[in-house]
Amino acid sequence: MNAEVESVENTRFDLQIIASWIKPESRILDLGCGNGDLLHSLKQHRQTHGTGIELSENKVARCIERGLTVLQGDFREEVNDYPDLSFDYIILSQTLQQVMEPEELIPELLRIGRKVIVSFPNFGHWRIRLQILFSGQAPVTDQLPYEWYNTPNIRVITIRDFKRFLRIAGVRLAREVAINTHHHDREGHIIKNLTNLRATYGIMMLERPA
Amino acid sequence: MTEKNASPVRVEKKFFTFAEPPDEMVLDSGARLGPITLAYETLGSLNDDKSNAVLILHACSGDSHVAGSYDEDDKRPGWWDNMVGPGKPVDTDRYFVICSNILGSCMGSTGPSSINPATGKPYGFDFPMVTIKDMVKAQKHLIDHLGITKIMSMLGGSVGGMQVLRWCADYPEMVQSAIPIATTTRHSAQAIAFNEVARQAIMSDPNWRGGNYYDDPGPDHGLAVARMIGHVTYLSDESMRSKFGRRLQNRSTLSFDFNGDFEVESYLRYQGSKFVERFDANSLLYITKAADYFDLERGDGNLLVNDALADIRFLVISFTSDWLYPTYQSKNLVSALKKNGSDVSFCEIDARWGHDAFLMPNEQMDKLISGFLERMSYEC
Repeated sequence: MNAEVESVENTRFDLQIIASWIKPESRILDLGCGNGDLLHSLKQHRQTHGTGIELSENKVARCIERGLTVLQGDFREEVNDYPDLSFDYIILSQTLQQVMEPEELIPELLRIGRKVIVSFPNFGHWRIRLQILFSGQAPVTDQLPYEWYNTPNIRVITIRDFKRFLRIAGVRLAREVAINTHHHDREGHIIKNLTNLRATYGIMMLERPA
Repeated sequence: MTEKNASPVRVEKKFFTFAEPPDEMVLDSGARLGPITLAYETLGSLNDDKSNAVLILHACSGDSHVAGSYDEDDKRPGWWDNMVGPGKPVDTDRYFVICSNILGSCMGSTGPSSINPATGKPYGFDFPMVTIKDMVKAQKHLIDHLGITKIMSMLGGSVGGMQVLRWCADYPEMVQSAIPIATTTRHSAQAIAFNEVARQAIMSDPNWRGGNYYDDPGPDHGLAVARMIGHVTYLSDESMRSKFGRRLQNRSTLSFDFNGDFEVESYLRYQGSKFVERFDANSLLYITKAADYFDLERGDGNLLVNDALADIRFLVISFTSDWLYPTYQSKNLVSALKKNGSDVSFCEIDARWGHDAFLMPNEQMDKLISGFLERMSYEC
């Protein structure tokens, strides 16, 4: 097991931002945790008590093998069993665009967790806008590398759309960052202005209204 | 995991007797039983702070011989030798492994074939009904005797998994972590139904004689049929198709009689007759009944939904083709444990071997168990 050598710096840039928002020793639920890179680095660097939910048997086995707590299953069903406020943070990184009913999921997550951190590819990025404008075809980018007929991403979300949804749903936006990434999303920088045009990802921390 | 050429692991069957009259153990039914002997085996060594104990719970017809061999003549290693041993997932170089034969069995522990001190004859059907709770209570006497107050991890499949869960419900303070495999929180109607057919096969054998057959030829035929039924439930449609298909046994054409044409018939007959050599029919009646009585959701809610279980770490494992204890039953278990805030992991392994999959060598299960135990060894 050489898992110990991995660090926050080697993970995806959006996950580095998310990790920086997490307080030490907090209880984390990572939805769609994959091979558990984020959970592992949070456990190493922030001493968190994390649980992941993941659909793929092989990824679940990889997580458990490296000493993480992970449930195999569909997180839309798995989240329903938890009592209220079971977690300090619930992380939904780059998964929202694949969720069938975000309108129902987000309130449910805010029931079982104090804060929900969401990151998603921004469909409002200028490159995507130009692709539609000039080619007349569904856009294919580094962040959304699929054709319309094989993509798992059933939702197109822009940063502006998501914020509008939060207002309608009565969810408080506690924190937000927009980022522009490159090098397979492992590096990037924070965008301050014209975020919906320039950012490849939006990252937001949600809370129930006070 | 290398030791193909390593020297064989030697184990010894030991016995622990307790509950001597007048201090008999009070059973779930209210009856009293004593003295009670448990056969058990250990591998590895207990560390100084007694924090590396791993308790393995065997299934219905298993025994204490979990791994290794007794001597040079012992051709068959223990029943989970692929999982337990030096450098194996349950690494006996690091952990102190204990496995005891369950109460009610016939492989060294007290059961219906044991001598009733009141009569000097085997108990037969005078043996009181024992439950999974009683089996676990007896094991706790053994663990206390070994001077262990907290078990690092306990694991078992099937009826062994029921014991794991019963341990957590009854003695949560003694359990650091638990690995229930291919098991359930309550026996389903389907599982009870198969057990009842197995029991009827034994009890309708004229040689059964109300359970008092120890001086005469026993109900061998009934017991063999019971085992054949059991085996069907341990396999799966897919595993039978790939293992036997419709292949004929030692013949090229149909016989047009009832001597058995198909390989699957021959296999079941062989399993049945082999079982008769080593197992007591009454023990099978008692143990299957104990499994049928198992229900952690009886009465005032689920016994696993309890704050006392919040500190136990769980790894729940099921198999895709297991139709005796299907995955939904493991998911119900996970769902209950989540309510406690317990640290619970769950993996459904894709395997075609049916319920038997938990005993077959499986790389995925090896990884899960070794990784989980590794974590437990530094989290305790």
